[in-house]
Amino acid sequence: MKNPLESIWGTIICGLILTAILYAIARALLH
Amino acid sequence: MDYVPALARWIHFLAGVTWIGLLYYFNLVQTPALKAATADGTAAGITKHVAPLALLWFRWSAVVTWLMGAALLGNQFVNAFTFQGGMAGIGIGAWLGTIMLFNVWVLIWPNQQKILGMKPATDDEKAKARRVALLASRTNMMLSIPMLFFMAGGWSHRATFGL
Repeated sequence: MKNPLESIWGTIICGLILTAILYAIARALLH
Repeated sequence: MDYVPALARWIHFLAGVTWIGLLYYFNLVQTPALKAATADGTAAGITKHVAPLALLWFRWSAVVTWLMGAALLGNQFVNAFTFQGGMAGIGIGAWLGTIMLFNVWVLIWPNQQKILGMKPATDDEKAKARRVALLASRTNMMLSIPMLFFMAGGWSHRATFGL
């Protein structure tokens, strides 16, 4: 499988997925 | 002493815009442009005159951003980095920014020095440096997306996202 960071769009999509994951973690830590 | 956090916030934003703006410039403009410029033999203009200056502002604005961010956190610095006292949101942003600063100084800058000929390197070393610098830069672009989500948290975030 190609590294998603090879492309700009792959990088942006990874960033958005990571944002969702970290948001869920932050919510769990805060509540 | 209220002017300290106010000044720190202002400088944090100014330096942060410079840092992340240059990060996006590298990823969205310079890297693809360099590919085209290499193909038609005009890459030297970028590698000799543009990239070193962009990297200078890039790496030092990263330092200023981090230091002003730390000043802004003030006595909440430890709480943020340990996700205590309701500081989990900004704490995640602070950790992401810290990892990005590490990438700038430990992975991107030393490898860019080899790529740009500021440090002696064989062709093999340059090829390896190119790969590491690209992936570190792309990693920082990826991390900047959640970093800005958490850093830009204000009343709107509190109301909409509960952070």
